[in-house]
Amino acid sequence: MQHLSPSGLSLPSPSRRTLLRGIGGAAVLGAGIPLLSACGGSGTASDPKTVTLGSKASDAVPKKAFADIYAAYKKKSGITVDVNTKDSNTFQEQINSYLQGTPDDVFTWFAGYRMQFFAAKGLATPIDDVWKTIGGNFPEAMHKLSKGEDGKYYFVPLYSYPWAVFYRKSVFQEKGYEVPTKWDDFVALCKQMKKDGIVPIAFGDKDAWPALGTFDQINFRQNGYDFHVELMAGKASWTDAKVRKVFDLWTEILPYHQEGSMGRTWQDAAQTLASKKAGMYLLGTFVAQQFTDKAALEDLDFFAFPEIDPAYGQDTVEAPTDGFMMSKSPKNKTEAVKLLEYLGTTEAEDIYLKSDPSVVHAATGADTSSYTALQKKAYEMIAGAKSLTQFMDRDSRPDFTSTVMQPALQKFIRDPKGVDGLLSSIERQKKTIFASG
Amino acid sequence: MTTQTTKETREAATVPPPGAAPANKVPQGHRRLLTRRDRLALGLMAGLPTILHIALVWVTALASVALAFTTWDGIGFDSIKWVGLENFKQLFNDNPQFWPAVQHNVVWFVVLIVIPTPLGLFLAVQLDKRIRFSRVYQTAFFLPVVLSMAVIGFVWQLVYNPDTGLINSLIGANEPGKYIDWIGDPDLNLWAILVAASWRHTGYMMILYLAGLKGVDPSLREASALDGANEWQTFKNVIFPTLRPTNTVVLVVTIIEALRAFDLVFVFNKGAQGTELLSILVTNNIIGESSRIGYGSAIAVVLLLISLVVIIPYLIATFRKERRA
Repeated sequence: MQHLSPSGLSLPSPSRRTLLRGIGGAAVLGAGIPLLSACGGSGTASDPKTVTLGSKASDAVPKKAFADIYAAYKKKSGITVDVNTKDSNTFQEQINSYLQGTPDDVFTWFAGYRMQFFAAKGLATPIDDVWKTIGGNFPEAMHKLSKGEDGKYYFVPLYSYPWAVFYRKSVFQEKGYEVPTKWDDFVALCKQMKKDGIVPIAFGDKDAWPALGTFDQINFRQNGYDFHVELMAGKASWTDAKVRKVFDLWTEILPYHQEGSMGRTWQDAAQTLASKKAGMYLLGTFVAQQFTDKAALEDLDFFAFPEIDPAYGQDTVEAPTDGFMMSKSPKNKTEAVKLLEYLGTTEAEDIYLKSDPSVVHAATGADTSSYTALQKKAYEMIAGAKSLTQFMDRDSRPDFTSTVMQPALQKFIRDPKGVDGLLSSIERQKKTIFASG
Repeated sequence: MTTQTTKETREAATVPPPGAAPANKVPQGHRRLLTRRDRLALGLMAGLPTILHIALVWVTALASVALAFTTWDGIGFDSIKWVGLENFKQLFNDNPQFWPAVQHNVVWFVVLIVIPTPLGLFLAVQLDKRIRFSRVYQTAFFLPVVLSMAVIGFVWQLVYNPDTGLINSLIGANEPGKYIDWIGDPDLNLWAILVAASWRHTGYMMILYLAGLKGVDPSLREASALDGANEWQTFKNVIFPTLRPTNTVVLVVTIIEALRAFDLVFVFNKGAQGTELLSILVTNNIIGESSRIGYGSAIAVVLLLISLVVIIPYLIATFRKERRA
């Protein structure tokens, strides 16, 4: 205790000195740690018959689905996949130190900017040779998604799930609503629903990420895929008139969104669609998980977010894609390459989809015979897309989306009039974050 | 070096005839008293904790102070870049969440000291009168303190949930038009959370004051009763002044509670609009896939400085009192 005050925390001048000493200490510490991790990474000899795999699939359904793939692979090749499963949130939070320490040979991850970020940091191995084998299995859009900024492949996609506007067929039939394909029709439909005493658009933004999806849809319908990519990569400016236009359009439909969205989770919002209190809901296909009643699930349908600018039509689909990457210095590279080649086959995807029907194949030519109606539609939507986007937090730096965009969009939803000040604040913060490397 | 000399002198003092023993016997006795193994064991016992303490408390604290002047994404040490006061400039000028967070930490403290603390004192005084079932009341009021803040967050979410929660269901405020969004509305949510925090804090304060009241000399009460003071006069002029040490503890505990406020809010709505707190900003910036460790450290340094401004005067006062005593 007595150590505390003399060490300079209360006195201004020694504190600067302690500070410098502290920096020295940090530097010594800094020099030590990479050495340690380097030792662990390459030291141990590994079993040639085993590939290690770090997995974030900790939920029961995907965990089993993945396990089925690895079991099938072992049968086929005699190679054991040694899976190290971590809780998915923990896995994501620790990915940084995990990849710098002693990562497994192969690990599960997301496509898009999040993959490119770690590839650019030198924490992943390029896998162009794998793509020579599996390239034919995937549509052009998936090729684009799997490349790093340097044009090399770093990612093997396994499955996707699109975002769209969900609705109840029976409600539309009963009230004589038609699926809107143009913005004006969409707004008119919202008006009509409100008049009919239905909440037009279900909405829950308590977890702060669902609003990012609404922004994405309006943005690439209005400004196109290329602008979306530029904006997410921090290149385009948030004070651009194009971005302002997105918020103007959003302000137009905001009054038709469910009230009190910031206190509601997406699960609760999905319940209002399930109970027919709400007419539409913009979300990923995982919304179906909330439809526990079988009849209600069969009544669920969706349409692509309506066209805003005819120049872009509905050619972009938001379809977050999950798959695999290879760590920077895998212990068993030859077998890791072979495993990734297998994971990029339609066979591996079919095995996965058998146990987890909430998502769709990333590969073309997969077996869609067992698909539900929703899955079939989702698959066609992705296969027919000219460009695929990931979700905002996967297409941009996650630190930017979580510390700047999530609170900013919540602020907008609460006070749409303050948008100009908000956009310049976003732009200022974006500059410093993207400048930091 | 210094320890050795003190030991030698102490040893010398215990040896009865100083002149009788030959000079070379003293170091021998010293060796016998502390063999090499003993010294090793002592060194380990004292040294290991010291090293751990320095490494885990001081080095990390000072490193985070140092990092507050850099930018670092946590990947490789070569990406640490010195930016001077840039993080603080950004924090004070550009971060729309920073000033609300500071403000909310202050509000948190003021509310805790104004509402649950006097309430806890009131309950303690009532329970101290050994009324019937006082054990039952005591347990009931203290129960929330046993729960972790995270659990309290979950419990109160059930009460506040705007669609299905207890309050809105009872008063019918979950319908369009008269909707009350307890968790999402920035004008309401901080107060909603503070009710939950106070619910717990009251019990905590009650126990502290109850302990303080048990220490009050019963003869004081008797004397004031003999002097004809009524209950309120006795409390105000006799009992409350004797609770002074307890009040200091209560003040410090409440300040700490206000500064470390985190778990309840994190569970409640992750410090979204209206409930920002410094501790949550630190977490949001440091934990994650590509973290802003420098920036997060800068916020942590601000939190540290605020804590020191509060704690140092307390420590100075305490030490001064000890020295006098």
